[in-house]
Amino acid sequence: MKLVVFIKQVPDTTNIKVDPETGTLKRETAGTVMNPFDMYAIEEALRLKEKLGGTVTVVTMGPPMAKDMLRISIGMGADEAVLLSDRLLAGSDTWATSYALAKAAEKLGFDIMLFGKQAVDGDTAQVGPSAAQYLNIPSLTWVKKIREVSDKEITVERMMDDGVDIVKSSLPVALTVVKEINEPRLESLKGKMRAKKYEPAVWTLADINGNEQMVGVKNSPTRVAKSWSAQREAGKAEMIDGDAAAMAEKLFTRLKELGFAK
Amino acid sequence: MADFNRDNFKKEDFKGVWVFAEQRRGHLHNVGFELLGKGRELADQLGCELAAVLIGSGIKAKAADLIAAGADKVYVVDTPELLNFNDELYANVLADIAEQFKPEIILTGATAVGRAFFPRVSIKLNAGLTADCTAFELDMTTRNLYQIRPAFGGSLMAKIMTPERRPQMSPARYKVFKRLVVDPAKKGEIIEPKIKEDSLKGRQAFVDFIEEVETTINISEADIVVSGGRGMGSGDNFKLIRELAQALNGAVGASRAAVDSGWIPYSHQVGQTGKTVSPKLYVACGISGSVQHLAGMQSSDIIVAINKDPEAPIFGVAKFGLVGDLFEILPALTARLKK
Ligand SMILES: Cc1cc2nc3c(=O)[nH]c(=O)nc-3n(C[C@H](O)[C@H](O)[C@H](O)COP(=O)(O)OP(=O)(O)OC[C@H]3O[C@@H](n4cnc5c(N)ncnc54)[C@H](O)[C@@H]3O)c2cc1C
Ligand SMILES: Nc1ncnc2c1ncn2[C@@H]1O[C@H](COP(=O)(O)O)[C@@H](O)[C@H]1O
Repeated sequence: MKLVVFIKQVPDTTNIKVDPETGTLKRETAGTVMNPFDMYAIEEALRLKEKLGGTVTVVTMGPPMAKDMLRISIGMGADEAVLLSDRLLAGSDTWATSYALAKAAEKLGFDIMLFGKQAVDGDTAQVGPSAAQYLNIPSLTWVKKIREVSDKEITVERMMDDGVDIVKSSLPVALTVVKEINEPRLESLKGKMRAKKYEPAVWTLADINGNEQMVGVKNSPTRVAKSWSAQREAGKAEMIDGDAAAMAEKLFTRLKELGFAK
Repeated sequence: MADFNRDNFKKEDFKGVWVFAEQRRGHLHNVGFELLGKGRELADQLGCELAAVLIGSGIKAKAADLIAAGADKVYVVDTPELLNFNDELYANVLADIAEQFKPEIILTGATAVGRAFFPRVSIKLNAGLTADCTAFELDMTTRNLYQIRPAFGGSLMAKIMTPERRPQMSPARYKVFKRLVVDPAKKGEIIEPKIKEDSLKGRQAFVDFIEEVETTINISEADIVVSGGRGMGSGDNFKLIRELAQALNGAVGASRAAVDSGWIPYSHQVGQTGKTVSPKLYVACGISGSVQHLAGMQSSDIIVAINKDPEAPIFGVAKFGLVGDLFEILPALTARLKK
């Protein structure tokens, strides 16, 4: 079974600062981490390999710095890691990114592709199903459990808004996973040793036979016209003071005025 | 894998605003009606028609509800293959009719269904896709749709457009837009387009559905949400939250810190990795207001923050702030509401 996992490096959102003047992200101060949902995708791939045999290859598209994150996946037990890095890919939106990842998957060959549910920088959740459509294979999103899997077919539970859909599909298939699916392992000691010396393969757009017209900021359909800080101005709140009873009384009056209380 | 051919593409060929009207087991999702409200406004400004797209099996009768909610036309594809949600077939069918009728805008709710299959449609149609929008504006000179959305867990807002491609496609957040008053007298046209045979062939199959039985009010649907955080101190103390929620006739929410401590199940978690809520009233008790929590609740109409730390970031988004001990304030407020 050939398993390919796609992981993304994202700014550490616990530590994010927005420049209030320009409304852009202060990326330098944020630091980067592996997208938290992608950890579950790696774990699930490792479990599938343990069950069915095969290989786990982890792929990321990003700057050379993203190698550190690939080494974490090696430490967890992935067999190989690939960094897709090319100036031509810079600024790609989800439409263009999923094209490049699909091309990389095509080059690697696979039975199951695994993605995180979404990347926490943009929260788009588009790259998995989009890459699947480029490759013309089914995509099953929001997977919380793999019920059955063979080398031809898979049955999964998907977290929908109103409950759980159980769906089966032939392979090859793309899955996006939610955090309920498993508890990711830590890097093993042996894995860490291997990761330390491991050099991920680095591929350019030419290496994956990609079309320049399909990638990069210039060919991405979406444009960011403007961005701004969403933090509401501090001090705008009406502060309600007094002892607990007085506060309760004043807040009650306000809630009543607004129609929340009778 | 074929690359796209843009030779015959003309932006001017695309006209009309479409809303995907999601249904599950024959029930139309509210977000479709909300988007028809917004869609009506966009269509009137653009001087074009507003259409709803209804896909499923045994659902044709629902088209009338969509017309009464503002649609001029409803495209209905009603066939047994589409009984249950199927990413491949839904994407094929929507792309198929969009290729025939060429709308300039297609909106859907940012639901589990909408977010699962719209990416596939956007690739099939060679269009861009913006995620999870909370506002839309039009530039009337270019007819570009500005798609406004939060990013980075809500700390940043971005205005996005797709100037060179059509249709312009966006999933939009639930409970942000307002539905129109139902007009049963409104006339509209029901169209049953011809679908390519191949559009109904796929490789995935529905097996079963397990309904989630919510014993409490679902936080995504509630008009009032009362949430507790680490400041609650224990699972037992959450009864203060439940009592206040009950007095307000609202639902119970929680921060991740409270969920991770095992005080309350994950289905109550509000925030980036929990649910996004947008109620009329949100009461945050013992919650500091991390970026990840704010991401899930800052579009609420009225936010009340109760926290003993006057510097807590939650006050930055609150309409009413109460600095003090929640163990004193909550019982007093609940008692006052019950009086
Ligand atoms: C990738 C990622 C995703 C995340 N997703 C989410 C998410 O979806 N939702 C979420 O909520 N968090 C999420 N978090 C966690 C988030 O960063 C915060 O850790 C969490 O929101 C903090 O919860 P809290 O406000 O309850 O706790 P704290 O930050 O510890 O705040 C507790 C507050 O209670 C106040 N308090 C204490 N005692 C009292 C009292 N007696 N009376 C009044 N006030 C009192 C304190 O002053 C303090 O402000 C995520 C984190 C990461 C890294
Ligand atoms: N640049 C990238 N490199 C590798 N995988 C990615 C990249 N961007 C997104 N992904 C994958 O796609 C998932 C969804 O991302 P998104 O559509 O950006 O929310 C992530 O959880 C990753 O698994």
